[in-house]
Amino acid sequence: MSATAAKGPVAGPETGMATDKVLLSVEDLKLDLRDENGWVRVLDGVSFDIRPKETLGVVGESGCGKSMTALSIMQLLPPRSARTEGRINFAGRDLLSLSRRQMSRIRGRNISMIFQEPMSALDPVFTVGAQIRETVQCHFDVSKREADERAIDALDSVGIAAPRQVAQLYPMSLSGGMRQRVMIAMALVCEPDLIIADEPTTALDVTIQSQIMDLLLNLSQKRGTAILFITHNLALVSQNCDRMITMYGGQIIEGGPVSEVLARPLHPYTTGLLHSIPDAGRARGTLNAIPGRVPSLRAMPPGCRFEPRCPHATAHCTQAVALERIAERQIRCHRWQELAGSAAPMTAGAL
Amino acid sequence: MTMAGVDVPALSVQDMTVSFGRTRTIVRAVDGVSFSVAPGEIFGIIGESGSGKSTLGRAAVGMITPSAGAVRHGDVDPFALSRAQMNAHRRKYQIIAQDPNAAFNPRMTILESVIEPMAIARTGTRAERRARALEMLDTVALSPEMAMRYPHELSGGQKQRANIARALVLDPEVLVCDEVVAALDVSIQADMLNLFWRLKRDFNLTYLFISHDLNVVSHISDRVAVMYFGKIMEIGPADDVMNRPLHPYSEALRSAEPEIAAYEQRARERIILQGEIPSALNPPAGCRFHTRCPRAVDLCASNEPDQRELIPGRFVACHFAEEMLARFLPVGGGQEAECVSQE
Repeated sequence: MSATAAKGPVAGPETGMATDKVLLSVEDLKLDLRDENGWVRVLDGVSFDIRPKETLGVVGESGCGKSMTALSIMQLLPPRSARTEGRINFAGRDLLSLSRRQMSRIRGRNISMIFQEPMSALDPVFTVGAQIRETVQCHFDVSKREADERAIDALDSVGIAAPRQVAQLYPMSLSGGMRQRVMIAMALVCEPDLIIADEPTTALDVTIQSQIMDLLLNLSQKRGTAILFITHNLALVSQNCDRMITMYGGQIIEGGPVSEVLARPLHPYTTGLLHSIPDAGRARGTLNAIPGRVPSLRAMPPGCRFEPRCPHATAHCTQAVALERIAERQIRCHRWQELAGSAAPMTAGAL
Repeated sequence: MTMAGVDVPALSVQDMTVSFGRTRTIVRAVDGVSFSVAPGEIFGIIGESGSGKSTLGRAAVGMITPSAGAVRHGDVDPFALSRAQMNAHRRKYQIIAQDPNAAFNPRMTILESVIEPMAIARTGTRAERRARALEMLDTVALSPEMAMRYPHELSGGQKQRANIARALVLDPEVLVCDEVVAALDVSIQADMLNLFWRLKRDFNLTYLFISHDLNVVSHISDRVAVMYFGKIMEIGPADDVMNRPLHPYSEALRSAEPEIAAYEQRARERIILQGEIPSALNPPAGCRFHTRCPRAVDLCASNEPDQRELIPGRFVACHFAEEMLARFLPVGGGQEAECVSQE
């Protein structure tokens, strides 16, 4: 997309803020969802900040609440069966206090989202060009022709070789990698301040994954877009993020700069995740699996949520534990100081 | 571990081609593939989607009939067997698939599902079959209480364990494991890989271990084959192929796999392949990989490289294999250290 394309009147908050300011600040976010058995707490006191241009990684296994965090920020959960508490400040406004109409001006314009499965996010009965054009026309008062041009520019910017032709294709005739490029084009076309990428490369082959990550990071760096990058893949976080948070059972259990967290994890769960990655150098049969499985949301342990699976748990761990902040890091563990003292610091080389 | 040699391979595939479709729209999912797996060996197949690895696995156990070439199970040709013989033979060569959800009847308990293959094979009495099923479920760490549950009451990892137990009840010799850990979270996946290793040891199994995940395959396998677009690009000991790849595609795959590296190292030189796997209906001439290969020259587009044994045990199909190899040979000493340092 060319930078010279004239922008129409902008709806919603304006862009362009000082780089040291916080762009998005999530404070004590709680989410309850309802199913046939009643309400259940899915997110319990999630807080984090993301600054302009920054890439924040959110890691955790299935069911830890990382996608729910994204959907809460975007307010894409059905209001009848989802209840959100806390504050989500974005560029000076609390998203949770906005009307649906106000929120829909922000969505796609200031914050956009890339989903794991592009096929379920793209509409099969419209051409990809029409879908990107719709996004543009939603947010800018431009002619159809102008919107089409922006769509084609966007497709061009994500490395699609014949954007004019591809714009006329339906999603089904594109490969998985091409579809994900289209998703990125759609996410970028309105030049948002923040992109939430939820497992954007999980469905893709590894050679395509590296193309897509490269593209996403290059474009966002060039434009100063912040990225909230949700993944289960610690290695992707290691290579692409500035800071990270680890989630478990709907809570943040550890956070900090990627270089520090991965070199010296403080939480036994983060350590466990790192140690369970298979590697050619590790003797077979000796991977450190984390025993047991994530507890059900309706039967969360009263104390530390990781306590039933934690190799270092003591009687004390059955008591509630708060998230502590130490300089740039956050940690939710009763025993982190003891454990940090005893464990040999883990270096990248040891992996 | 026995390497191929004196023993009859547990599984061997010679110039195997599997094609689908007819005349004009024929697709060769597997195109002239050869390898052999020694008894007790874990042979890994790495490939991206569309590389033909699953088709290869199915043909290797006899589920699909190859259009050309030979498959041998020990010294048996599975495709020459009568239907009755094949039914008996099939017990020795089992396949475990990625999605355990598709493998279970939702209306049967886990125990019933694990008993079923024995009932079909008519082994033992009813009581013996039940005892055997419970024994195998115990081997994969599923309690009798779990055995009474229905598939939907189990987690993904537990279902995959039950799936393994079901493959084991008939005393197989060779297991084809097709993306068996792909659907699992990493902590569960680690547990499952440990289990596969233990079972192999305890039951003296041979695995054909198919996955797109380099870390998984290189961790579990003795030897690996790298597949691209229906062909094998490279075969060799897992560690060598990972750390000293002789084919540009293996090298690119390795480079694309994200690693947990020190923060400062993350900007390391990475090979990012351009483009995607070509259309199966219109395969490129010459080397199949030349359309994406960073080293490709005109020769690669016209002449298909033969697979050759460059150094003992390492088979490569690339015109530049010698050059790739030269980078790893100790010329003035200290070269070895250089090629290892990029880990």
